[in-house]
Amino acid sequence: MTAIPLGHILTLAALLFSLGLVGVLTRRNVLIMLMSVEVMLNAVNLTLVGFSRYNAWTEGHVLAFFIIAVAAAEAAVGLALVLSVFRLKQTTYIDDLRLLKR
Amino acid sequence: MPTELLLFYALGAGAVLSTAAMLLPTTGRSPIHAALLLIVSFFFLAGLYALLSAHLLSILQIIVYAGAIMVLFTFVIMLLNLSPDEIREPKISYAKMLGGGVALFVFGKLLNGIGLAASAAKAVDLTQHDTFGTVKEVGHMMYSTFMVPFELVSVLLLVAAVGAVVLAKKNLAYVDRPVPSPAEEFKTEGHAAGDGEAAAGHGGHH
Amino acid sequence: MADLLANPWLRGIASSVVIATGVLTIAAWAIWFERKFAARMQNRVGPNVVGPAGLLQPLADALKLLRKEVLVPRKADAVLFRLAPALALFLTIAVVAAIPWGKDIYVADLDIGLLWVLAMSGMMLFPLWLAGWSSNNKYALFGGMRAVAQGISYEIPLLLSAMVPVVLAGSFNLREIVEYQSVHGWFAIWPPGIGVLAFVIFFATSLAEANRIPFDIPEAESELIAGVSVEYSAMSYGLFPMVEYVHTWLSSAVASVLFLGGWSGPGSSIWIIGLAWMLLKTSILFAFIYAMRWTLVRFRADQLMHFCWKWLVPVTLGLVCLAAVWVNVTAGGR
Repeated sequence: MTAIPLGHILTLAALLFSLGLVGVLTRRNVLIMLMSVEVMLNAVNLTLVGFSRYNAWTEGHVLAFFIIAVAAAEAAVGLALVLSVFRLKQTTYIDDLRLLKR
Repeated sequence: MPTELLLFYALGAGAVLSTAAMLLPTTGRSPIHAALLLIVSFFFLAGLYALLSAHLLSILQIIVYAGAIMVLFTFVIMLLNLSPDEIREPKISYAKMLGGGVALFVFGKLLNGIGLAASAAKAVDLTQHDTFGTVKEVGHMMYSTFMVPFELVSVLLLVAAVGAVVLAKKNLAYVDRPVPSPAEEFKTEGHAAGDGEAAAGHGGHH
Repeated sequence: MADLLANPWLRGIASSVVIATGVLTIAAWAIWFERKFAARMQNRVGPNVVGPAGLLQPLADALKLLRKEVLVPRKADAVLFRLAPALALFLTIAVVAAIPWGKDIYVADLDIGLLWVLAMSGMMLFPLWLAGWSSNNKYALFGGMRAVAQGISYEIPLLLSAMVPVVLAGSFNLREIVEYQSVHGWFAIWPPGIGVLAFVIFFATSLAEANRIPFDIPEAESELIAGVSVEYSAMSYGLFPMVEYVHTWLSSAVASVLFLGGWSGPGSSIWIIGLAWMLLKTSILFAFIYAMRWTLVRFRADQLMHFCWKWLVPVTLGLVCLAAVWVNVTAGGR
């Protein structure tokens, strides 16, 4: 038995997910936006781990492992993009990347 | 209050506070500080996973997230070497307020769903199942039931690695010349700024 | 006394204090040993003034450093600048927790012991990087960048070569790995070829993780004037070499646990003899590192990367496959 109610785990995960969403929607630095996406992925992992604990499902851990792997791939490609954009425009601010708008 | 619950609150509060500090325009203003606060939050989450008997995941969280992904982030931040005027003070705008509102709405929706999911939840007793979350058990599951997805994930990582190298490469014409003279290096850097056509043309020779 | 030790909290705190203090003490005298050793190799005498044969030299050095003022450069990021050395020491001591020093001498018997050790030594990049960035000095920044680039590359062959004993013993638990070897023989010897190659690669890459010669380009004193610790003074400077010694010592300990059978040896059922075997194996590896330090020259940065990605990574991947084949062909000797 665990003394931690499932509701508390899920609320914590929801809070982290929303914080990550706030970061993606309000911060304008691409690096910090990418970090916020990582926070959101982690919140999902926490949900998976919480449900796994409650139902003794190992599947949840495997899925969380896959999410970690996908997050690693996303970070690598995202950062490479940031790097090449920075070479082109000397900026990491998303507001400066509006070549298509003009 | 039981120790487990106390630990849960402490770790959860730590994770939320460090994430919030990362997002605040004051403490998380420079990407470096934001990245460090995010690492702190990952450590708290690793603690939470360990508390929920996901041993393998908690150590993977440290190795992969804190040890590899965040090192990559910090390395890129260092590579860009953002000068102080590059780090701008974020302004309050309608778009940002709208973003905050959307996030708040999502949070409300999630809470609503949690109320439904958690009301009937009752934890399975793990005393009979003490291998839960260990390397052996997760590994068995990964290499039997999830064999195909697992291999696909490895392919995905390979593709991402190759893609990252291609994207971040300065100039593909460079590949066959491992030790360029300083003068050449200087010239190529100048090209990379806006001469995408020329770089692609050079790359075509190989 | 027995009642007190039955309490898991008290037992954990007591054992971690004892073992961490022991490791730090050994590391302090490792500095003396290294200076004597280097002196002998170079036909000098080495420290011989403080105490008999200069044995108290580490204490004198520590006292001198403690009495000095800790300076923080005006343009430095003060918080991170102060945090870096402390974090380095913390992470190094965290490694100690999972290492079995004797038959029943360990702080924690972790199911994921090896991963814990590798995670904590992998995190050692952060203090170096923090120190390099926060000093606001270009030499320090170069040192930090080199440390991160080298560390993140060499972590891959390090982890892969550490997987060979894991595959052979069928466990991530360091205690179980040692117990397996005490029955079936050292991994450095038995799967012929596979074990010894994995051992050599593990040892070499852990030297790269600890930034030792021939992999010490992050602190190359002739070009970077010691890299990340350029701006540090007094004890906050002193912590960097100290952490490096502890880290090297622990790398030798992990290598001897994984490949040389840890505490196993003749008479190791008595705890003190097991501990002696462990310390002996670790010390021999440690001394070997110093023999190398004063013999070899350092790699150039691009040679370092080529060596890692073009040689070590493919070879270690092959070794893990071979180890898996070996386990299946011989049914693991079980």
